[in-house]
Amino acid sequence: MAFVRRHVLTAYALLAFTYLLLPIAVVIAFSFNDPLGRFNYTWEGFTLRHWQDPFGPPGLKQAIMASVQIAVLASIVATILGTLIALALVRYGFRGRGATNLLIFLPMTTPEIVMGASLLALFLNLGVATGFWTIFIAHVMFCISFVVVTVKARLVGFDRHLEEAAMDLGANPYATFGRVTLPLIAPGIAAGGLLAFALSIDDFVITLFNAGPTITFPLYVWGAARVGVPPQVNVIGTMIFLLAAGLMIVNVLTQIRRSKGAT
Amino acid sequence: MDWLHRHRGTIPYLLLLPGLAWLALFFLVPTYYLANTSLQTGSLDVGYAFTWAWENYSDAISTYHEQFARSLEYAAIATVLALLVSYPLAYFIAFRGGRWKSLLLLLIIAPFFVTYLIRTLAWQTILSDSGFVVNTLQTIGLLGEGERLLATSTAVVAGITYNFLPFMALPLYVSLEQIDPRLIEAAEDLYASKARAFLRVTLPLSLPGVFAGTLLTFIPAAGDFINAELLGTPRQSMIGNVIQSKFLVLTDYGQAAALSFVLMAAILVLIAIYTRVLGTERMGV
Repeated sequence: MAFVRRHVLTAYALLAFTYLLLPIAVVIAFSFNDPLGRFNYTWEGFTLRHWQDPFGPPGLKQAIMASVQIAVLASIVATILGTLIALALVRYGFRGRGATNLLIFLPMTTPEIVMGASLLALFLNLGVATGFWTIFIAHVMFCISFVVVTVKARLVGFDRHLEEAAMDLGANPYATFGRVTLPLIAPGIAAGGLLAFALSIDDFVITLFNAGPTITFPLYVWGAARVGVPPQVNVIGTMIFLLAAGLMIVNVLTQIRRSKGAT
Repeated sequence: MDWLHRHRGTIPYLLLLPGLAWLALFFLVPTYYLANTSLQTGSLDVGYAFTWAWENYSDAISTYHEQFARSLEYAAIATVLALLVSYPLAYFIAFRGGRWKSLLLLLIIAPFFVTYLIRTLAWQTILSDSGFVVNTLQTIGLLGEGERLLATSTAVVAGITYNFLPFMALPLYVSLEQIDPRLIEAAEDLYASKARAFLRVTLPLSLPGVFAGTLLTFIPAAGDFINAELLGTPRQSMIGNVIQSKFLVLTDYGQAAALSFVLMAAILVLIAIYTRVLGTERMGV
């Protein structure tokens, strides 16, 4: 009976994983498809043509460039602002902690469409033309909270004796921060930054509301969806997937190796 | 440095200032402008003016109550489906994952590595009329000849379930992983059957994960318009589709803002009720 139960659960998990991964397989497979018309829906034959010319369709390259530029800028700014907030929350006692936590928490639980609409209302009423910089502002806004949460998790487990030791050995507060604190919390900051980058480059809803004439990669896909998505979009999608999955696998494998070394 | 010493109390505020100012300016202040806009009337040609236009709300609700109901209905069904799919999966990883746990978790968030729109378009391909899913279902008779999956509410709900599933699975995994297996062993040593041990020990201890997962899935699902747009027809359109087109296509800003507010309020009320109900239930356990 236990044998059967064990395998029922395993079989169920396998099915669930298939469901999760099936669309990814479809995205990758259809990047090699040779569609007859404009619509890349049915399998017509294998070709490497789209991989040889990933930026072929007009406007695709500019859209990717815009997405990358915004993601780099927004993740840098959000990481700095978010790390400072996390430092204040973990290291210091101050009045207004509850209100601060609420202000960090709210953007993570508000539906994206409401945040996008609110920002657009702000820009419309103030007569600000939407475009590249309004997208940047919006992305920093929704990334800050996620950076705070990520960096805070790293700071909580931080051994403050290390800083005291540095001070006892004659380091001033700035040297202590630069030579002891920062290197120790750097992995948390890097994780927060990467998360912000990923959130920014994938964002569609808030961007759609505040983009004006600027076209990011997700907006390009949205526009193309009505008239037939070129297979190159699958090529770019596959590239992003391989890059993100590769980074994560390397990260997980080093963690597994490290925990094995520790035991 | 001396200055820092003398003003130690101001350091946390200096650290908080830039980030919180950004959130105040671009998250809180916009909410005021959304409220203000929801009471404006006008058009792109003549301009917009604040007129205490409460009729924006009454018109919006009377015209679009169907889309509102549909949004909440689709989001609720998708949340329940996501719970049913993810619970056994999270349980499997937490208790059977062994040292492959982190790699299996990676498989759960793998869909996030493919851009939202692209993975939804992949469902368009999978569910398309000539696709293998429709063919198989027609062969085994679950779907009649000429019946389709794409452009139905089934497709939209399936898409929403898929897209927000990791938000359900991850908190479930975290709460299941924290359960001490010895508690379950103890229940079994005390002659509880496997099923009883699950119902009386594992399930109650995982409720915080169920709670967090349902909220994290339901909130974005209720505001979604991408699945309805790409996998459905106007007959499946949700409130998000209406807000989006009123803001960006029809420039009917007043009603669009009113609809956004009603959506936000509806979600908050539902969360409050849900927190109440689940809160007392947990005390009863």
